Amino acid sequence: MSSIPASAFLALALILFCIGLYGALTKRNTVIVLISIELMLNAVNINLVTFSKYGAAPSIDGQVFALFAMAVAAAEAAVGLAILMALYQRKKTVHIDEMDEMKQ
Amino acid sequence: MMENAWLIPLFPLVSFVILLLFGKRLKEAGAYVGILMTLASLVFSILVLFERFSEPSYIQKFEWLKIGDVSLTAGFEVNQLNALMLFIVSLVSFLVHTYSKGYMHGDGRFPVFYAYLGLFTFAMLGLVISPNLLQTYMFWELVGLGSFLLIGFYFYKEEAKAAAKKAFIMTRIGDVGLFIGMILLFWKTGSFEYSEIFSAVEAGGISQTMITLTAILIFIGAVGKSGQFPLHTWLPDAMEGPTPVSALIHAATMVAAGVYLVATMFPLFAASKTALLTVATIGAFTAIFAASIGLVQTDIKRVLAYSTVSQLGYMMLALGSAGYVAGVFHLMTHAFFKALLFLAAGSVIHAVHTQNIEEMGGLWKKLKWTAPLFLIGTLAISGVPLLSGFFSKDEILVAAWEGGHPILFVLALIAAFMTAFYMFRLFFMVFTGEARGNQNHVHESPGSMTLPMLVLGVLAIISGYVNTPWFGSFLGDWLVDGNEKLGHGHMEGPIWIMIAATVVSLAGIYLAWLIYGKRSVSRNWLSGSGDTLHTILYNKYYVDEFYQMTVVAVTKGISYFLRFIDVFLVGGIVKGVVGFVQGLGATGSKLQNGQVQTYAAVAFVGLAILTVIFALTGGYLQ
Repeated sequence: MSSIPASAFLALALILFCIGLYGALTKRNTVIVLISIELMLNAVNINLVTFSKYGAAPSIDGQVFALFAMAVAAAEAAVGLAILMALYQRKKTVHIDEMDEMKQ
Repeated sequence: MMENAWLIPLFPLVSFVILLLFGKRLKEAGAYVGILMTLASLVFSILVLFERFSEPSYIQKFEWLKIGDVSLTAGFEVNQLNALMLFIVSLVSFLVHTYSKGYMHGDGRFPVFYAYLGLFTFAMLGLVISPNLLQTYMFWELVGLGSFLLIGFYFYKEEAKAAAKKAFIMTRIGDVGLFIGMILLFWKTGSFEYSEIFSAVEAGGISQTMITLTAILIFIGAVGKSGQFPLHTWLPDAMEGPTPVSALIHAATMVAAGVYLVATMFPLFAASKTALLTVATIGAFTAIFAASIGLVQTDIKRVLAYSTVSQLGYMMLALGSAGYVAGVFHLMTHAFFKALLFLAAGSVIHAVHTQNIEEMGGLWKKLKWTAPLFLIGTLAISGVPLLSGFFSKDEILVAAWEGGHPILFVLALIAAFMTAFYMFRLFFMVFTGEARGNQNHVHESPGSMTLPMLVLGVLAIISGYVNTPWFGSFLGDWLVDGNEKLGHGHMEGPIWIMIAATVVSLAGIYLAWLIYGKRSVSRNWLSGSGDTLHTILYNKYYVDEFYQMTVVAVTKGISYFLRFIDVFLVGGIVKGVVGFVQGLGATGSKLQNGQVQTYAAVAFVGLAILTVIFALTGGYLQ
């Protein structure tokens, strides 16, 4: 049906995850960090869908799970941005390395 | 009455507790608590003593501890010696309580002083009615505690602090001997009861060597408590305590506890010739040794202290020569005249505010009561005929002669000469001649101080008549009462001994009068100040210095070595462990820097490492 092999999808997901991880670990701007986390989640979604189609036991479950993950990611992004707004109002900064209150 | 003898020690204990709880509120009225309670003890003691004259001994005990088959008992016993000691201790204690009211007047810690006196009296009375060695040992230690507290009463003075510690440690050395002896006896006889120990000794259940060993070990305890050579050095230093304490503890009662112990254990000592000879030799040597030091001391209380050591040596000599009656008799008369001398000395110190006899002189007219009473005590201790000391000293000399120790007899005779000499040296220097120090405000002591001295003065004169070669030996017959283990009630000695004793004591007095009274003989006649002999005596034969250089130095060396190990070896290991843990903590706390990205990175690296491990091991961790 398709000539694109499963490994291509997995490679794409891997690259996407690595970019997301790199961004999440290195960027100072919290908005960028949140976006990077979305990238990682989407990489996971690609994996889910891929194994749903090409896995050892193909099933619709993986695709359903990907939909759930998207919904949860949307909610998480909303909550994350709200927290970021509140923090920005208090600290007048969006730099993640200055948000170390948990240490105290 | 005798079945209620256990109440006698409890009165002073009640006084101690009351003064401990309400002392601050009672202030100087606390004296009445102590005086009343000791008066109650005295009344009971007198009743017990008189009842004991006509009735047999009374002993009561109950089981205290049961360990396996062994049962330890506690209780009390009233026999002749105990009844007599009860009387002596409660009488002197009562008089000292009364005396202290005047002497300690104005002291900030007045109630505390009376509380300590109560504690000591309780312990001492408890000691003399104990029916077994274990109970005796407990009270023995309590008495030591009371002595420690009272010597260190002026604890803000360095000398008093040091003296208290010295007394406690020196007597402890002796106590170790007593303790070992006690345990050995228990091991061999299975009982701490005096009666069972004595019957085991009599039945031959213990080997002769063991009897000698235990007797000498117990004697070491007595040596410590009674200030015998070589553990005598604490007693003169104990004079740092208040003078009434010196009279009660370090003259009349506690230091006599060692003599009492040997007298109580006398059947054990009597079973071993070696032990008796040891006791007699130590006693005689101490008597002459301490008397010679007393010749040159200038502190009024120290002269009396050395005289106490010397007189205690006399008692030991008597006991060691199998003169049970002589030892106990001298213990009684000595308690009276030495307490009198100390109280009178306290009265003198109270009047002139110095203890140095070089700064006194000419006090005879100024102290109308103290001076004659002091003279009575001096005459009694010197063994002048017709006073109490004469009769008891004569008994001892007879015992030493009849016991077959001619050398010890001669030593005792020389010591008697020295005693008469240094006591009258003291008397002439304090009371005759012209005033040498600042004596502007000399005044006689209040009645609360002179009355007890008066009572003791009367006793110092008459107490000898209970046991004389002329009017019958009532005390001796009563003390022995057919118990042949204790020897005879009265020893018949050659008449020349009594004459010799009289001549010797009068000669001592005459020499003292020539030198210090009439001054026809120079004070530097035999050995002036600065001469070798004088220096040696004045420095007490350098015994303290010798101990300092040997025992103390060695102990200090060992403790420095142990301290080195503690600081560098043990401490080093501890510090190493602490440093390691601290470093670990510091590194760990650096990870907790609050940077969420660092956490994530660490988590990722950890995950990566785990993944690699899983990949290499195929998912199985060995």
